Order: sequence, then structure tokens, then C-alpha cells
Amino acid sequence: MALDAVFRDHWGRVLATLVGILGDIELAEDAAQEAFAIAAERWPRDGEPDNPVGWLISTARNRAIDHIRRQRVLAEKTEMLARESTVESEATVYESDTFRDERLELIFTCCHPALAMEAQVALTLRTLGGLSTEEIALAFLVPTETMSKRLTRAKHKIRDARIPFAVPPDHQLPDRLAAVLAVVYLVFNEGWGGGRVDLAAEAIQLGRALTDLMPDEGEVLALLTLMLLHDARRRARLRDGEIVLLDDQDRALWDEQQISEGRQLLQQAIARGETGPYVVQAAIADLHLQQPRDWRQIAALYNTLSVQTGSPVVELNRAIAVAELDGPEAGLAILDHLDLDHYRYFHSARADLLRRAGRNDEARHAYQRALELAQTDAERRSLNEQLAKLSRSG
Amino acid sequence: MQYALLAYGSERTDAGPMDGAIADVLARPYVTGWARLHADGSATTVRTGEGRTLLTDGPFIESKEFLAGVIVVEADNLDGALAIAQELQGPRTGGAIEVRPILEALFHGA
Repeated sequence: MALDAVFRDHWGRVLATLVGILGDIELAEDAAQEAFAIAAERWPRDGEPDNPVGWLISTARNRAIDHIRRQRVLAEKTEMLARESTVESEATVYESDTFRDERLELIFTCCHPALAMEAQVALTLRTLGGLSTEEIALAFLVPTETMSKRLTRAKHKIRDARIPFAVPPDHQLPDRLAAVLAVVYLVFNEGWGGGRVDLAAEAIQLGRALTDLMPDEGEVLALLTLMLLHDARRRARLRDGEIVLLDDQDRALWDEQQISEGRQLLQQAIARGETGPYVVQAAIADLHLQQPRDWRQIAALYNTLSVQTGSPVVELNRAIAVAELDGPEAGLAILDHLDLDHYRYFHSARADLLRRAGRNDEARHAYQRALELAQTDAERRSLNEQLAKLSRSG
Repeated sequence: MQYALLAYGSERTDAGPMDGAIADVLARPYVTGWARLHADGSATTVRTGEGRTLLTDGPFIESKEFLAGVIVVEADNLDGALAIAQELQGPRTGGAIEVRPILEALFHGA
């Protein structure tokens, strides 16, 4: 239903302003839900108001004030809100479109490092993405009850410990922004794996909101680029439920419009002089889309990224690029230094290089280890196929 | 809003003079109270059982880490309290500081 889509679009914007007014996420959420319910009843009958966001915020705020008055809890707040709203009647306030957009404050609150990462992710999807608790639970394969507790606990911690509802000051901004981007990218990567709730689309939506809110942050643009470029290959990545490797993908299935949008954003980020890890990753993603692939540049960029992040997974990717340049043994020499035994892609990548180096027994062993760690049926089928090929070649 | 900074240690460097950098922070106006505690061995724990109170020798939670001090500070929000905790933890050689919002408190001059 179209109204659902309208609601999803407005949820984060409406909720953020209400948190700013009411000073509490739970209170704001209840009020917003009530306003959306009233809209669902009235809008189809009376038509959508000219300023739907203003309408929803005003309605929610008025309801919240009613509740507070009636229940007589939060006595000081009632007084404060009553003073502010005595001159406004329900009919007149709908015109107002002066409500400040406070989504940025909200996302920095939800992604505060004093909250556990999983709580940050859930809260961001709930408050800014407008996903229901059930949907988030489904996406992360946990019982709804568990997710509901996780969200409630996080909201209570924000309230009780007074986690600020504010954009961090300049000296904290780089670290805090990195935390926000990490949450969005984690949501995207969760969506990449499964086909449950469309988390990849959610993450891109969040990325778009962030670029609207922080148009001058190169890393924000770069993260959106990275997600758009990966997501553009979504339809080509699986064929009849089987994983298709990049070089075998049907390029006609790539979303060219999304790719060119991503490339434009990347140029903007680079033009801003940004050289952070998301710019480097986006540049690598872009190089992977070009034929023939420029492995020298790809390896060099992975090297930059490795220095920036110190991540062994980046080193793994560098090893694959180096193997393309200087042969499988050169790649294997890098892998030998990595402590990634728990990581399934380490073993499948190592197996491929061993096979190409003609070290078949070791390759078989590595594929088997990858199989033990595989998480989806498609992965298992693909690995079994590699193993079978290896047996045929002796 | 008041926060309690619970300073934990993992090795008892005996109760010598306080580190100068820590003393500086404790002298600031937003520190509304603080206490350095004697070692775990000095603790006695009171609990209830079988309808009466029972005493046990030692801390309530036996662990390698122990509560070494409590500092109460005034801050606008969690970020403010965390900044003070970070400044206090900086000169320490180990342990950790747990930051908790205070529900209610009363302090008389110590």
C-alpha cells in the first residue's frame, strides 16, 4: 500500500524531531506511532496534508502532551510543553514546516560507542529506518522477544545514562562518524548475505540520508558509492541460486545507472581531497568493475587500505590481487602471515591459489576447511564443485 | 547530572601517595566527591540468609579485579562523564573505570 511507503519515508524525520522535543526516544516512538495511526485513518478519507511531516510531528507532539498531562508523570516537562503550546490549536499547527530536521542528532545518539554494536545497529534500523521490531528480529535471525529486549535496554541506557542527543563536537567527529558509517556498512553487509529483509536497500537508504545531512563529508559520499557499486551487481551475483564469480557475471544484469551514480559520488569525494578508508574501498570496487582489471592499481590500493586499517581481511584481498600480478606463490606468501583460520573466505581463497600453484593436496585440505565454515548452501555447492574439479584433475 | 566513576584495579600497588595527574583531576570543581578504598582484604560483606544477616570475610565478588575507588562527578551528559573518566584512566597503568549514572545521592563533607 502506498501509504506504507509514505510512512516509511517520513518515520525517521518525524521521530528525530519528536525526540528533540520530548527528550526521550520511547516517548517519541509511542507518540509517532499514534500520529501515523491517525494519519492512516484520516489521509485516505480527507487527503494527504500539504505538509505531511509537519502534520505528523504536530499531531504526535499534541498527543504526547495530552498523555503527559493526563498521566501527570514528568511534571516539569508538562509545564514546559504546556507553555510552548498553549497558543496552538490542533488546526493551526499543521501549517508549520519549521520543525528542524534532527535525524543527524538521532543517528549519532543511536550509534554512540557506549552502546553495544548490535544495539546500535538495531536502534538505527528501528528509529531511522522505520523497520519494526519483528522485521529487525527476522533480519538478524533472533527471536522478536530478544530483539525487543535489546531495543528497550538500549533506549533505557540512552535515557538513564543521558547519552547526548547531539552532533559531536569537531574533535570527536571523525571517530564518531566512523562509528556511524560502520553501523550502516554492517547493515549493508548483512543484507548482502541473505535474502530476508532487504537490508542492503535499507543501508543504501540510510547512506542517502547521511549524504543529504552531511554533504561535505567525503567518507559519507564514499560509503554510499561503495554500497551502490556492490549492489549494482546484485542481480548478476546469483544464477539459479548458485554464486557467480565476478568474471563470469552477465554484465547486462549490472545496474549501469547505479554504477554511474556511484562513480559520480566517488569523484565528488575525491575532489574534496578525501583519502579515508571508504574512498579507498570505493575506488577498489570501481576498479573491479572495469575489464580488464588493473591488478597493479588494485593491489596498490589494498596496500593503502591495509596500512589504514591494519585488517588481515584487507591483506587477504591484497594477496589475491598480488597473485594475479605475480603468480599464486606470491599471493600464498602473503597469506602465510595471516591469522585468519576462523574466516571461511581465507580458506577458499587460499585453496584457489594452492590449486593454481599445482599444490593439489594442500588445496583439497583448504577447500575442506572452507566447507566446514561455509554458511549458506550456495557456498557449500560452489566449494563442492571446486573439490570435484580438483579430483578430476588428479 | 551526577555520575559515579568506579575505578577498578588489577594489581594492588600499595596505598602510596596519589598520582599527581589524578590528584589534579580530583581537585576540579566538577568532582563532587571521591573515595580511595583499602584493599579487598579489608572488606567484610553483609548478606541475608536463613532469616538473618550473615557476615563473610572479603569482597562480595571475588575476582582478580577489585574496586579501588569511587569518584562522583557532575556532568551534562554521558560524554562529559566519559571525558573525565578518560582523563583519570590516562595516568593509570592498568585496571578500568566504569561509568554509571547516579539515581540519587547525598554526600556530607568527608
